[in-house]
Amino acid sequence: MGIDRRKFLTIAGLTAAAAIGKKTLGDSLTADTRELLPKDESLVGKRWAMIFDIKKCLHKDGCTVCMDACHQIHNVPDFGNKKDEVKWIWKEPFEHALPDNESPYLEEEFKDKPVIVMCNHCDNPPCVRVCPTQATWKREDGIVMMDMHRCIGCRYCVAGCPYGSRSFNWRDPRPFIKNENPEYPTRERGVVEKCDFCAERLAFGLQPRCVEVCPEKALKFGDLEDPESEVRQILHDNFAIRRKPGLGTNPQVYYLV
Amino acid sequence: MLEKAITGSKKYWAWVGFLMLVIFVGFLFYLRQLSHGLTVTGLSRDVSWGFYIAQFTFLVGVAASAVMVVLPYYLHNFKAFAKIVILGEFFAVGSVIMCMLFVFVDMGQPFRAMNIILHPTPNSLMFWDLFVLSGYLGLNVLISLIVLASERKGIAPPKWIKPFIIVSIPWAVSIHTVTAFLYSGLAARAFWMTAVLAPRFLASAFSSGPALLILLAIIIRRITRFDAGREAIQKLGQIVAYAMCFNVFLILMELFTTLYSDIPEHLHHFEFLFFGLDGNTTLVPWMWTSVVLAIVSIVLLVNPKTRRNENILAFACVTVFVSIWIDKGLGMVVTGFIPSPLGDVPHYWPTWTEFMISMGVYGIGALLITLFYKMTLSVRGQIKSESNTEEFEEVAAEAKPAG
Amino acid sequence: MYDAWKIIGGIIIFLVLITGPTWYDMASGKADYKPNPKIVTTEKNCVMPTEYMKESHMKLLDEWRNSVVRDGKRIFTSFDGKQYNMSLVNTCMKCHPNKSEFCDECHNYSAVGQPDCWNCHIEPEETK
Repeated sequence: MGIDRRKFLTIAGLTAAAAIGKKTLGDSLTADTRELLPKDESLVGKRWAMIFDIKKCLHKDGCTVCMDACHQIHNVPDFGNKKDEVKWIWKEPFEHALPDNESPYLEEEFKDKPVIVMCNHCDNPPCVRVCPTQATWKREDGIVMMDMHRCIGCRYCVAGCPYGSRSFNWRDPRPFIKNENPEYPTRERGVVEKCDFCAERLAFGLQPRCVEVCPEKALKFGDLEDPESEVRQILHDNFAIRRKPGLGTNPQVYYLV
Repeated sequence: MLEKAITGSKKYWAWVGFLMLVIFVGFLFYLRQLSHGLTVTGLSRDVSWGFYIAQFTFLVGVAASAVMVVLPYYLHNFKAFAKIVILGEFFAVGSVIMCMLFVFVDMGQPFRAMNIILHPTPNSLMFWDLFVLSGYLGLNVLISLIVLASERKGIAPPKWIKPFIIVSIPWAVSIHTVTAFLYSGLAARAFWMTAVLAPRFLASAFSSGPALLILLAIIIRRITRFDAGREAIQKLGQIVAYAMCFNVFLILMELFTTLYSDIPEHLHHFEFLFFGLDGNTTLVPWMWTSVVLAIVSIVLLVNPKTRRNENILAFACVTVFVSIWIDKGLGMVVTGFIPSPLGDVPHYWPTWTEFMISMGVYGIGALLITLFYKMTLSVRGQIKSESNTEEFEEVAAEAKPAG
Repeated sequence: MYDAWKIIGGIIIFLVLITGPTWYDMASGKADYKPNPKIVTTEKNCVMPTEYMKESHMKLLDEWRNSVVRDGKRIFTSFDGKQYNMSLVNTCMKCHPNKSEFCDECHNYSAVGQPDCWNCHIEPEETK
């Protein structure tokens, strides 16, 4: 006879697979690259870090300036419920943020008082280790970055973060953004987001927004690899602790006590 | 051969029709989830993996359990499993497909799924999970179809299939080990980060999978002419008994380490499961039910007198399956998140949408397994409504010399 | 041929139906329509030559996206030596803020790549 049904289907399937494979492979091999130069005014660092002075922050009761400013310029939505909540920087009671350092006889000033928490931009980030698409990765300057275009929304990074720093967009955030900042994108539902040390501001020589607006100057930002930097000086002169240091994540947000 | 799956009695079509209805309804709910986002589930910022991923975890175990029939038959020539092996392999195919579907419906951006392949990331266990699951699916589809086609032609399977079958044995172990690694490597989640998680997964897989296979064999014996054989079912019962004992033993090991070391970060998760935490007692009745069922199942399975009674064996298999489903499919995933890294005790329970989508996925698995089994049993002439001489006549006609 | 007239008749009806939309467009003058994106900027050059932009603006945007997000490099030197910040909304849309008369003109006509960029990147407000 000639070719039978099974053979025909097998050959057709293999041909189709080959054609699709060639096309996708072909596209990726002809990508063009151009010379791309860094701008002079961008802040360049080797190991960005943040220092938070708890006592300075506690001067102002109920202050939310840093959180509001960050969430405003980054179009972080406010869903109004804890289930869908998205936050990049927020307050936690001392015992929650720094559980390794609490005790029944905790210094009165810190008991039940709020402490600012955000992504720690760990030097050994477990979230980066588990991301299956490299939608989150550690930059050379230490910032743990997010690529919202690539994120598939598997939330493995959310499970991997020991600090609860990451938020997932369970629904479309657009209707819940109060004062849209037209110069910064929003996210769409189905992707993870978090603090990125204001990478887009560093590129133009600006400090992270939270650092800039704090009325008590409780937040300091700088390059730990630069021996002349302010953050190095502060850590040299003051005792600082970090969140869950025993896990080996090497977090880069330091808390002055 | 595939055409056998689309011919059948009224009862067959009634069952298939019911499954397609379940699938269709699940699909409609999935469309709702696609349009609104995963907010339609019970998941939250603190509990970011829930029912879908728990079903995925449970079903990876069920899929891996095919090795419990493949290994004795192909490696050790245990002839009693001859008739049942292919049912185990098709069963694995249906389970793996359900696993992949559960991951798909859990993704926030499912249409970007290709990114895992376009940007391979060997340091991520999810990458490897996709790799081993796809490989296992491919292996089992290949093996099942080749073996069945050979049976249909009345010849032995070709020699080249043997290496694939041998590889599928360690590969089965690997799929559940890799899935366990997804959890057990996370320093952030003390409940999961235990070396005993992978052995626990395998032990529970090798009890729940064969238990379901026994139940399927008994059901199939009622509705078709297929009889797996008393020896095969008894051997499977012994396997379930040993595996369940080992599973419970490992759970006790975990309990000891947690309770004796008394570390709050580890203790709190078990406290939540068995006693409730901060008033959140969602899983407490479920976990105690699972414990009771586990004890009952071991008592019934270890005692040869009760195990040899097929009715009691069937009941014991149901208790094994339900007990392990509660442990893996309800307790394990969610408890990793409760309490949260910041010490909160969030609440989680699947919503109706989540449940209906899950039923749709289970429906797809059940449909696939139904189609495969129908095909297999038709080829063997064991369907009651079909003549069992049909195949022999066809084969005989082809073998007759022309003229 | 058995039932010849039925078959030939069926084929003719099929051909008429399948080419129908084309005839309709030609008759009503819609087929002569050419999309005409409106340029409102007084800048002489875009970041790349116009012909390149017509063909490959999406390719350029993909490269910009990877460069900014993944490599942290934001400065683009165009073919005429000018330096631009690589940003869809803050660079491209500064000269082309009229999305409905510029981008949508061609994208709606050809129904090609309904870009989901706008799910996240905020369209500049157009004054009508």
